[in-house]
Amino acid sequence: MLRIKHQVVDALFEQAQKDAPLEACGYLAEKNGVVELHLPLKNIDASKTHFSLDPEEQFKAFRVIRSREMRLKAVYHSHPASPALPSPEDIRLAFDPFLSYVIVSLDKECSVKSFRIKAGAATEEAIEIV
Amino acid sequence: MELKVNGEAKSVSADPLSISDLLKLFKVEMPDMVSVQLNGTFVDRPTFGVTLIKDKDEIDFLYYMGGGQ
Repeated sequence: MLRIKHQVVDALFEQAQKDAPLEACGYLAEKNGVVELHLPLKNIDASKTHFSLDPEEQFKAFRVIRSREMRLKAVYHSHPASPALPSPEDIRLAFDPFLSYVIVSLDKECSVKSFRIKAGAATEEAIEIV
Repeated sequence: MELKVNGEAKSVSADPLSISDLLKLFKVEMPDMVSVQLNGTFVDRPTFGVTLIKDKDEIDFLYYMGGGQ
C-alpha cells in the first residue's frame, strides 16, 4: 500500500507534463507512513523512453530526506506515451527491493500506479491518495 | 567500530572492514549496482574491496535507479 498526499500526486503530473515528451523522474519520501514530499531529479538520459537518476543528485536528495526526518519510500518516473506499467527494462533495472516503483502515465487517460519489484517480478500495490 | 550508515548509527565489530565487506554485511545483493559515498566522497566501484572503513566514518550507499522501454 502506498499512501500519498494528493498534492504530491498533482505535482507528479505537473512535472511529467512539463518534462514531456521526455521521461521525468525523482524520489518520493514519507513521514508517518504517508508520502509527503517529491524530489524531482534530473533524467540524465534526457530520453523519451528511458531514465537514469544522477548519482550525485540521488545522494543530495537522500540527505534532504534525512534532514527532514523522512524516509525514502519510492522512485518514480513518467511514461509520456505509454501506460503506467513497468517495462521489462524497468523491471530488470529495479535493484532495490525495499522501494516502491511509481509510474505516472500521460497516455490517453492520465494514471499513476505503484509496484513492488523483486527478483524480476513486478506486483502492483494499492495507492491511497489522502 | 561506530559508523553512520545511510544516516543511521551502526556498531560493527569487523575490523578491518572494506566497502565490499560492509555491503555484504548490509545484505546488498547487487553491489555492482550501488554508488557509495565515504564521508561525502564517491568511492570508485573497482576499489570497493580495498577501501577500508575507519571508526566514525560515514558511509552512504544508493542503488542505481533507471529504466526504459
